[in-house]
Amino acid sequence: MTSPILQAATRLISTLLIVFSLFLLVRGHDAPGGGFIGGLVAASSFTLLAMSHGVETARLALRLPPATVAALGVGAALLAGLIPLVVGDAPFAAVWVFVGGPKGEGLPLSTVLLFDFGVWLVVLGAVLGLVFALEEDA
Amino acid sequence: MSAAAANGAPDRSGPWAGALLALVSAAAAAAFATLIPEVSHGDAIAAEWAWAPALDVSLAFRVDGLSLVFALLITGFGAVISAYSISYLRGHRHQTRFFLYLALFQAGMLGLVLADDVIALFAFWEVTTVASFLLVGYDGTAKARRSAWMALLITGAGGLALLAGLIWLGLVAGTTRISEITAAGGLGGHAAYLPITLLILAGAFAKSAQFPLHIWLPNAMAAPTPVSAYLHSATMVKAGVYLLARLHPALSGTEFWTTTLGLVGGFTMLMAAILSLRQRDLKLALAYSSVMSLGSLVMFLGAEQTVAAAAAMTFLIVHALYKASLFLVVGSIDKMTGTRDMDRLGGLWRTMPMTSIAAVLAAGSMAGFPPFLGFVGKELKYEGALAIAEEPAPLAAAAVIANALMVALALAVIFRVVLSAPGDTPKAPREAPALIWLGPLLLAVGGLLCGVAPDLVGRTLVQPAAAAMLGAPAEIKLKLWHGVNVPLMMSVATLVLGAAFHLARRPLGRLIARLPGGAEAIWDGLLDGVQTSFAAVTRRVQPGSLRTYLTVTFLAVAAAPLAGLRLAGGLPEASFALTEPQALAAAGLCAGGALTAALAHRRILALAGLGASGTGLSLLFLTFGAPDVAATQILVDVLLLVLVAAVMPRLPELPPRRRGRGRDAFVAGAVGLAVALATLAATVGPFDASVADAMSARSLPEALGRNVVNVVLVDFRALDTFGEIVVVAAAAVGGLALLRRTRRSAA
Repeated sequence: MTSPILQAATRLISTLLIVFSLFLLVRGHDAPGGGFIGGLVAASSFTLLAMSHGVETARLALRLPPATVAALGVGAALLAGLIPLVVGDAPFAAVWVFVGGPKGEGLPLSTVLLFDFGVWLVVLGAVLGLVFALEEDA
Repeated sequence: MSAAAANGAPDRSGPWAGALLALVSAAAAAAFATLIPEVSHGDAIAAEWAWAPALDVSLAFRVDGLSLVFALLITGFGAVISAYSISYLRGHRHQTRFFLYLALFQAGMLGLVLADDVIALFAFWEVTTVASFLLVGYDGTAKARRSAWMALLITGAGGLALLAGLIWLGLVAGTTRISEITAAGGLGGHAAYLPITLLILAGAFAKSAQFPLHIWLPNAMAAPTPVSAYLHSATMVKAGVYLLARLHPALSGTEFWTTTLGLVGGFTMLMAAILSLRQRDLKLALAYSSVMSLGSLVMFLGAEQTVAAAAAMTFLIVHALYKASLFLVVGSIDKMTGTRDMDRLGGLWRTMPMTSIAAVLAAGSMAGFPPFLGFVGKELKYEGALAIAEEPAPLAAAAVIANALMVALALAVIFRVVLSAPGDTPKAPREAPALIWLGPLLLAVGGLLCGVAPDLVGRTLVQPAAAAMLGAPAEIKLKLWHGVNVPLMMSVATLVLGAAFHLARRPLGRLIARLPGGAEAIWDGLLDGVQTSFAAVTRRVQPGSLRTYLTVTFLAVAAAPLAGLRLAGGLPEASFALTEPQALAAAGLCAGGALTAALAHRRILALAGLGASGTGLSLLFLTFGAPDVAATQILVDVLLLVLVAAVMPRLPELPPRRRGRGRDAFVAGAVGLAVALATLAATVGPFDASVADAMSARSLPEALGRNVVNVVLVDFRALDTFGEIVVVAAAAVGGLALLRRTRRSAA
């Protein structure tokens, strides 16, 4: 499928979709969103790229093989689960850090966000692995 | 080594891994040795971490006399074996992997003997089973793989029985803590005593190669020789013995215990000793003699008497020393001469002097010549055998015959392999590297030194171990010379008989070869039977037709809620009305899309219908206040559409009049009806919002999040989510593998 209109639109939309996906990921803790939905949006961005510019381009844009992305996601989530052990908490308990200010003012960073990022990566990698393989087959 | 060694570059980091493991093991052995003074006074050292507090399982460790003997064997031998393996495996491709497996085994085995919790013990038990599987199959040949499977299946099945037995034991005793179970005394009178004991015995007998589960151990000799010396002679196969000794205070003291252990152990001892005479392969002969030793250990554990416990614990140490040494010697002979056939070997004292010294010293201990520790052990064994049975004659006779056969094997090592005229070996023998002869020599000399000062061993190791096993203080004196008594007479008889067996080795071997030995054939038949029957079942339940699978799956989906409603007494009074116009519109979109998909004559139209139906569903979610679910639904729908569109060009056109549409309609209608009825029934009861309210209330203060759905996913139930994403990743990898396979077969 090589439609110039789709290709031109994709350049803009796929980037926007990635930004939107990260936005969903970060806001997920307080408003609708999160790693799963964000990962699906990111996957649809790359899927769009694969449909308009070919799977090869989409693979290059992703840089890593999809299976590796999924594996990294599992690793990130596992890491988020292990960090609490270092500070003496139960595994998978949430650890929060506030950068540059007290709680409520500083930039909130947490193992929860890392965990959700892991979910994001797994969903992205798993979906794209199948999409790329099927698109290449077709 | 086999084909694996021949190809590919040797593993450079291997020797370093081996050296590291040897050093760590030696340090651990030294650390355990410093505990001897405290433990030999009858104290136990305990440490504990919570593991799964909800299940009341903790990582509790406890070092008492019994654990300490095993810990010293595991770490001390671990150091010797690792150092030996560095040289033995030189040039092998996967040395690092080998040492990794060895370290895994060592950690698991240490955990097993130090654990003070039955569940933790079981977990470590399984670690050793898996490590043994990996090490037996290490060479990767078909024979090694078959042997590894056999070891895994037999010890693994035993492990399952053991798990059941240990859980039951924990329930009956009211605690999973081993020290509390054993302190509470015998369970002999309990109603569940018999099944618990049977289950635990099944696990222990499988691990410690008791008849008829012994067949995996001779086959496990496919492993590299240091592994045979370490796992399959000195440590792992004694895990069953350890367990029986550990639970001795709780399970022993009944007629069932004494009879079962005495019979099984005694029979295994005699059978394996006889079978060992048949072997010309030195390593296999040693393997059968290991089975024989395990049998006699089990036999002694059946008894109550202090002398039997002392015999068991002394023999445990004795056997580990001489047998590991002999295995290592055979490994070095195999490496340097190219054969393990004792008929082809000979005169090694000229060409391999250091190895020969180790061989003779270890064989002397095995034969039980004074002043080796083996002599002390054998005298104690006879004393124990005389003490156990009410009718001691048969047991004592069996022990004498079995030991005489060990003497014959020792004599074969000394006179056929070491001292005779030079043999006819594939390679011209020369002395092995120092790293290879040093290990067995150290162990063999250890057996000699301990024999010279038996009381030291007795007080520091045997007595505390026997006390821990009996659950009561024990007074044990080990002496080299007991004066002229019945055990000494039995020893003399053993030596005479052993010499006779040695001289008559060939005719006896031919005789024994005629004995029925169908265990291997039965095993292969069993495996074949399992495979063919499962293949038949699979052909039946998985015919490969997607339509059949879907029909069965959806019929089950329909049947389950209908059955549930039927059991609950039919459909309750329920009514439901959609009033909001948006919801009505969304529901209409759902229904219209679904109908379109069902009636469409072209795939693209059916796909569009499905998409419309999904959109309607997400709109419904949105109307009822679940934006997260709605967003997920619509995204999944979009991606599903893309995937199906990608596959569509490969699918054939739909035929105009399809067969089986009536059946499809019936299945679809049944599913729709069942789910609708179940949903309707679910709305009748009062909605219990306590969980939802609690989660909502805790979300912001405890998890700093306003989106409860997300907080539940990534914080409150993060472990569940982790499991789910692992499943997602695994499913993707599996799907990719399938796609690659179809592509390859299409190409």
